[in-house]
Amino acid sequence: MLTPSDVHKVALLSRLKLTEAEVARFTQQLGDVLKYVEQLDEVNVDGVEPMVHAVEVRNVLRKDEVVPSLPREQALSNAPKTDGKYFLVPPILGAD
Amino acid sequence: MSLTTLPTSDLHAKLTRGEVSAVDVTQAYLDGIAARDAAVGAFLHVDSEGALAQARAIDERRAKGTVGKLAGLPVALKDNLCTVGAPCTCASRMLEKFVPPYDAHVIERLRAEDAVLIGRVNLDEFAMGSSCENSAFKKTANPWNLAHSPGGSSGGSGAAVGGGMAPLALGSDTGGSIRLPAAFCGVVGMKPTYGRVSRYGLVAFASSLDQIGPLATDVRGAALTLQTIAGHDRRDSTSVDRAVPDYLASLETPLKGLRIGIVPEYFGAGLDPEVADAVRKAIDVYRGLGAEVREVHLPHTKYCVAVYYIVSSSEASSNLARYDGVHYGHRGDKPANLVDLYESSRGEGFGDEVKRRIMLGTYALSSGYYDAYYNKALKVRRLISDDFSKAFADVDVILSPVSPTPAFRLGELSDDPLAMYLMDIYTISANLAGIPGISIPCGKSSAGLPIGLQLLAPVFEEERLLRAARMYEATQPWFGVAPA
Repeated sequence: MLTPSDVHKVALLSRLKLTEAEVARFTQQLGDVLKYVEQLDEVNVDGVEPMVHAVEVRNVLRKDEVVPSLPREQALSNAPKTDGKYFLVPPILGAD
Repeated sequence: MSLTTLPTSDLHAKLTRGEVSAVDVTQAYLDGIAARDAAVGAFLHVDSEGALAQARAIDERRAKGTVGKLAGLPVALKDNLCTVGAPCTCASRMLEKFVPPYDAHVIERLRAEDAVLIGRVNLDEFAMGSSCENSAFKKTANPWNLAHSPGGSSGGSGAAVGGGMAPLALGSDTGGSIRLPAAFCGVVGMKPTYGRVSRYGLVAFASSLDQIGPLATDVRGAALTLQTIAGHDRRDSTSVDRAVPDYLASLETPLKGLRIGIVPEYFGAGLDPEVADAVRKAIDVYRGLGAEVREVHLPHTKYCVAVYYIVSSSEASSNLARYDGVHYGHRGDKPANLVDLYESSRGEGFGDEVKRRIMLGTYALSSGYYDAYYNKALKVRRLISDDFSKAFADVDVILSPVSPTPAFRLGELSDDPLAMYLMDIYTISANLAGIPGISIPCGKSSAGLPIGLQLLAPVFEEERLLRAARMYEATQPWFGVAPA
């Protein structure tokens, strides 16, 4: 069913770096779970609307007014790499 | 007699009458933690100085005037609830050093009512698990038998209260994560209706399923805590703007003509005979109290675990995308490029179960599979929810076991993710349907492990649930906390 190649693809989409041992283990375990959920094929869902929310909710809006927010210093307080103004990341364009 | 061997409501009464001070109570629980937690391992972080300072301030305030509804009661906090200045690790290497810059709504509410925030307790990483074994930092043991699991994901919360190390705790429940540890650890645990308690400041796992709720040594303690944390919050757009009833006012009044539903589908193969027996004895107690017991059917029960794992994993894959090594959390060393930054930060920061669920969710949502998995699961979700609506037309509450077995041994299920998932079989549908549920102790196995009883009610019927739970509890001696 699920192949190591599938797991590689999903890992790429999920932005997860996996070791080969992890790929092997997860192929087995995820394969088992996917097999288990196949039983949903038995259920007749003709005319049934998907239920996203447990209790029906409506979009909540507020006035488009500026209100106090997190000060910059606090917003950056957990940043792994910052120059005090920005979150720093490796180059996005023109890399390699 | 040690203060830590009193039911929460008795302790609260003593505090209110001025028989004991907040400092006495806080010190008693800090002593309890010092004596027991080396073996149990519930706490990730104990704030002794902070807790005693809060307690002193509360005693001073009480001497001068009024104090809040929880004044002087220590509360242990599951480590996925944001508290300013305290670590919030979610039991993950990804957030090992994360210190939130804001308080969760429920933390603000606890502070406003003078609770004493005593410490942060262990959980399965990012709330994903049923045994507390998925924590990146430590194992938590069941205080009733240290070789057994306290349940999960709020295992630390259950163990702290069940082990006499805190009279109250907050947990979160996405598929049973309050109710299962409550059952395994012999305490009361409640998941409110979806939207009853604001999720602002709860680190998100599955946004349409997560709810914060109380654990306590008795129903009154749970009611008191729910009273404090429930209510509308604009900062959570799924928070429902609906008045909170006075849960304590009606608590001691039994429900006349209570109609209890028993679900035959829940009593099939796989249910431990001792659990079935304890639950059946509880049903008899309710009959003795004048309740009417009748059968109701929830025909889609067998699909709830499959639906849950697709829906919750899909939502988790989206919620956990924010952990990218950029804004907070673990960052991979020397990344080759931006994509490598993401991949290495996440590969190194997340444990196995988290990775499994992110991948399962990503797969279920991916192009070509979305309809077959995610959309299909959402349709079956509606059928599961409709089953409850139909059942509640005929009964007031549904009574069931909380788990198929009492607490399993540590390590027993950790190599078999699917077997672990099946532990949630009785608790999961309440999250899918959004209805409230409560677990109360109803007996012990022959090995001395607690057994829990679950009651479910329609949305926003927490008052009914608490009264029904109290009816049973009032006929029993107090279950007690685990002996040292």
